[in-house]
Amino acid sequence: MPETPPTLERQPQPDIAPGYTFASVTDQIAAVVLTKRTPIFWYACFSVGFGLVLLLLLCMALLFAKGVGIWGIRIPVAWGFAITNFVWWIGIGHAGTLISAILLLLNQRWRNSINRFAEAMTLFAVACAGMFPLLHMGRPWLFFWMFPYPNTMGIQPQFRSPLVWDVFAVSTYATVSALFWFVGLIPDLGTLRDRTKNSAGRMIYGIMSMGWRGSARHWSVYETCTLLLAGIATPLVLSVHTVVSFDFTIAIVPGWHSTFFPPYFVAGAIYSGFAMVLVLAIPLRKVYGLQGLITDKHLENAAKVMLATGLIVAYSYIMENFGAWFGGEVYEQAAFWHRLTGPYRYTYWLLISCNIIAPQFLWFKRVRTNPVLLFISSIVVLVGMWLERFMIIVSSLAQDFVPAAWGIFSPTRWDWFTFAGTIGLFTFLFFLFVRLLPMISIFEVRTLLPQAKVKEERG
Amino acid sequence: MTSGIYGLIAEFDNPTALVNATRAAREKGHRKLDAFSPFPIEGLTDALHLHKNWLPLIVLGGGITGGLTGFLLQYYVTVINFPINIGGRPLDSWPSYIIITFELTILFGALSAVLGMLGLCGLPMPYHPVFNAPRFALASNDRFFLCIESADPLFDLAATGDFLRALEPHEVSEVAH
Repeated sequence: MPETPPTLERQPQPDIAPGYTFASVTDQIAAVVLTKRTPIFWYACFSVGFGLVLLLLLCMALLFAKGVGIWGIRIPVAWGFAITNFVWWIGIGHAGTLISAILLLLNQRWRNSINRFAEAMTLFAVACAGMFPLLHMGRPWLFFWMFPYPNTMGIQPQFRSPLVWDVFAVSTYATVSALFWFVGLIPDLGTLRDRTKNSAGRMIYGIMSMGWRGSARHWSVYETCTLLLAGIATPLVLSVHTVVSFDFTIAIVPGWHSTFFPPYFVAGAIYSGFAMVLVLAIPLRKVYGLQGLITDKHLENAAKVMLATGLIVAYSYIMENFGAWFGGEVYEQAAFWHRLTGPYRYTYWLLISCNIIAPQFLWFKRVRTNPVLLFISSIVVLVGMWLERFMIIVSSLAQDFVPAAWGIFSPTRWDWFTFAGTIGLFTFLFFLFVRLLPMISIFEVRTLLPQAKVKEERG
Repeated sequence: MTSGIYGLIAEFDNPTALVNATRAAREKGHRKLDAFSPFPIEGLTDALHLHKNWLPLIVLGGGITGGLTGFLLQYYVTVINFPINIGGRPLDSWPSYIIITFELTILFGALSAVLGMLGLCGLPMPYHPVFNAPRFALASNDRFFLCIESADPLFDLAATGDFLRALEPHEVSEVAH
């Protein structure tokens, strides 16, 4: 009997489960939208989301009627929940762009089955984020004053202010994310148009697909377009949270005025974003039976990114405290001492346990490949990252320089309701997307199949 | 125009057959031809000689326009239109313009990439004769099509049909206008 030599090379894990064909990929993903019965899970999540959207509308109506005083924001803590939630939401969006743009440029083909819903997540997270500065303005109907346009008041925005930079950064980010998402959808909308039996559906998907017919001439331009958009979106995504962090670093408030905020914020953004990707992917793949497309490898890779960015965040916490101590600036030192021991100490230590201690379990493969544990740790990370944003914003403002000017922030029920309302808005939009559009990129998954490779048989 | 039809279309069931057929048709001298596939196939770009692509230039142009717009807008507003002294800084404080200049570069670049792509592809185009081909709906699922248009100088209904059939497709059919 011939001995088989021991193979030393590790076989690369396939990106999706074996046994798929072009038709079965199309069927499985399109069926979620077109034919499959809508699961109870969808109705449950959608109803909860819709209920919370109604709560958000109530909060907004009350806010417009009475003003921002319904929130707990009082001088000196004028930013409170609104800006905390803004920074948190926009950070969550970053993972979607990272997956769709940066992993595309790095040729990480496993991303092909998670990029679509991650991009949708980005879009909806940015929508939720954008709500907060608008609501926080006090007179949101005058939001257009933020843009430079010729006006009868004879005034213009202050371009030296990071708050104006933020307007441009966030609106550019929202636009580019929407464009990228839509361009990715065009071929799949063509697939839905060709498959739906419903004439209204054929009309709507037909219009949205713009008459896509899969021509090779189109594909070649299309691929260039996707690559260029990815190349454009990569510096953009890194810049957005950098600009958000400028809102803090450009100010001289102790605990904010620090040069290493940009990378620290970007790492935190990707950290919370991947947590959200996992929170969405784990139940979805189970309910819709998509484990063959969103495999354990995807979850594990996302967990690894979470662990890596979590370690960067942990390093940042340490450096932040070290910098405050080593810098020798009394107000800066006091600000950090207050965080560790002051009125917000419980928040601080909770955030440390959520963001630094809990993710260390991700070192173990058994945790990374267990969807339930992964789901729980992602929720923990999301909570931790929210606490981090809260800590940075509120504790620094509450106790800045002169003790006579200090003041403690306590959120009102409307703060909590508004926050819950945007979580509802996110859920509502996301489940609407899952029901109406293909949540996994069909044509990109087709390229992952072994039969998609062209065999060179001509010599 | 040799006939009242748009062209002849052959259906294949794998990408290799489509790439080989496209190469063969191109080598035979056909120029007015197009391949249709449910996902991008790199080999087709070579087979159809589709290397000329204006999109990067369009995006470069869009990006430069965006950058200039961003910078000049801020310069105009802060120096000419609404000069205001902030902490004694010069009116033309260009370092603080960098971010918005960058953001508008990105914005214009991305918009020109998408609009340029649609423009170069001639989309949106809700009607195209190729949709008349029977079974063409499968081009967005699992089938691969090669269409030789009747506008091609070498097109001849019988000869081109025989040529396509020799490539062992699943089916060859006429495409009405």
